[in-house]
Amino acid sequence: MELRTINRTVIRPSGGRPSLDLGEVWAYRELLGMLAWRDVSVRYKQSVAGIGWAVFQPLMTMVIFTIIFGKFAKLPSDGLPYPVFAYCALLPWNYFSQSLTGSSDSIVGSSYLITKVYFPRLVLPLGKVTSGLIDFGVAFVILLGMMAWYGIAPTFGILLLPVFMLVAMLTALGVGLWFTALNVKYRDVRFIVPYIAQFWLFASPVAYSTSLVPEKWRWLYGLNPMVGVIEGFRWALLGKAAPDFGMMLASFGAVCMVLVTGLYYFRRMEETFADNV
Amino acid sequence: MSNDVVIKVSNLGKRYRLGRLHDNNLLSEKIGNGLRSIFQRFRDLSPFPFHLSQEKDFWAIREVAFEIKQGEVVGIVGRNGTGKSTLLKILSRVTGPTEGEVELLGRVGSLLEVGTGFHPELTGRENIFMNGAILGMKRAEIKGRFDEIVGFAEVEKFVDTPVKHYSSGMYVRLAFSVAAHLEPEVLLVDEVLAVGDAAFQKKCLGKIGEVARGGRTVLFVSHNMASVKTLCGRAILLEGGRVVMDGDAASVVDRYLGDPGMKVASYRMAAGKKPPCFRSIELIQEERKNGAFAADRPVRISFSIDSGGEKGLGVNLFIRNEQGVCIHHSADSFVGPSGVSGPGERTCEIPAYGLAAGRYRVDVSLSRGELEVFDYLQDALIFQTGLTDATDDKARAARWRGLCGPGLIRWE
Repeated sequence: MELRTINRTVIRPSGGRPSLDLGEVWAYRELLGMLAWRDVSVRYKQSVAGIGWAVFQPLMTMVIFTIIFGKFAKLPSDGLPYPVFAYCALLPWNYFSQSLTGSSDSIVGSSYLITKVYFPRLVLPLGKVTSGLIDFGVAFVILLGMMAWYGIAPTFGILLLPVFMLVAMLTALGVGLWFTALNVKYRDVRFIVPYIAQFWLFASPVAYSTSLVPEKWRWLYGLNPMVGVIEGFRWALLGKAAPDFGMMLASFGAVCMVLVTGLYYFRRMEETFADNV
Repeated sequence: MSNDVVIKVSNLGKRYRLGRLHDNNLLSEKIGNGLRSIFQRFRDLSPFPFHLSQEKDFWAIREVAFEIKQGEVVGIVGRNGTGKSTLLKILSRVTGPTEGEVELLGRVGSLLEVGTGFHPELTGRENIFMNGAILGMKRAEIKGRFDEIVGFAEVEKFVDTPVKHYSSGMYVRLAFSVAAHLEPEVLLVDEVLAVGDAAFQKKCLGKIGEVARGGRTVLFVSHNMASVKTLCGRAILLEGGRVVMDGDAASVVDRYLGDPGMKVASYRMAAGKKPPCFRSIELIQEERKNGAFAADRPVRISFSIDSGGEKGLGVNLFIRNEQGVCIHHSADSFVGPSGVSGPGERTCEIPAYGLAAGRYRVDVSLSRGELEVFDYLQDALIFQTGLTDATDDKARAARWRGLCGPGLIRWE
């Protein structure tokens, strides 16, 4: 029987040396899809406004930002109408913060699965960063409407939008992997995450423009990958001046760093999840 | 591996650390402790040695080794806390071993609990696909067996209703049905048959039998000795985390049941168990003679429960005699509202003559409502009752044939 040579599994103590084994995650892609779909479907089944929430949240934040930062504080918006300037940044930002919170809680929140059945645990945080894409897509349609209203045409940079989205996704995943694995061991991590998300919002150019940051500090500022993402969005969609190259490079470097260490730490802790959640 | 061996377990062991489970699981606490110990190190005045933490190792299973051939149906038996579930968890890769190795050939399906991943808001149809994916089935596979799954569960009319509207019976039937139609080369089953009504349990057993006859390998953990005997050709008896007997099912079951000296007056939870669960259960009667309990005096059973923060938990109690007849079935909820928060205690009393002289087995479960069973222990306690002062003819146990003691009837 050929099966015997193909499906051979050996279980032994890992000895603290994890292997990445992304091929296995790929083999479970259907489960990943199901988990993401379930997330979205349950969220909208349980609410009256349904998919409307995906639009309501960034719209409300945009209105508040426009009043407080645009009208009262009169923050510069690089010559763009402030509402569209803020909303364009809120899209990737909301996706990011939602994915970060979701993935940080993904392991502990699925303890009923972890203790009962085997599958690559990476599927859980991956599912969380995937399900947020639906909300993003819905809110994006509103942005296109707003751009039409203000008469702003996207540039060819829009072709690069998926790249910026991928950076946002990988940042949320990388940080989420750290937090979700830590959360299994230390239960107060989940209380820290919202504060970090809040702090992070102000460390990103959502309400204000990067032009407020002194030029010589831009590279340091760029270590926050969301800076690169948001700048990229404004450049691609609103035709704002191309972002600083060094800053973008710092952003991408930071993502790789967080993601690789996050993956490694997650994999190392993985086999203790079932015993500790 | 030799030709037809599909599971090879060698020197398998799993260690849990006791006393560390709830220690230091707040990051802030850990940081605080870290600072404190640095402080102490500097002052070097600490009156206690550093590694005072009461760390104890506990081996849930150790030096377990066996081989299982293709098509074998093997029962794993043993008392509570002897490592059966840990073994199954390692085989299904839910948790990793501390030492040793397992080699598995073929796709492994595990039924550690039915309905894993069911979501109340999703419809039956959606849950079938979800649950199937969790158990490792491909979408196309589930599609192909969809009608079969729904038919077996007898929920045809309700496939597009959210499962929160299902009766508990329907829910359990659907959950089992998905799992039963998973077609792995190796199937691991843990006590799933504790659910559903008698008719459905029979159907489940039939399905497992069918799977086994189909040439697939089944590992079956159960306390139900009758089904182990009918389903399995071979059985492995675990005691204290080690294999003490491995042979044909009938003789292993006989040894497990037959041991007349087996008395268990108290239960303690195994390490690594997740609350809500029973922490300990104890039979209490003062002035016992050589281990037997007096049937003419009340016997108390005290339960200690770790609620794990859950509210509204209830304790259910089943007392069976040696023929397997359930003499008493009771629950704390029968008496009044229940609700344990934090470390919970329960006590119940079997009145004098509530049991005839004989040997009894006690099953207990910790649940909320009918569906949510958090902890289920078969044979949690095993004990013997007798009438005191057996020299007296009145008290000669053999004379009284009732299921309960002769003194329960009041004569005027």
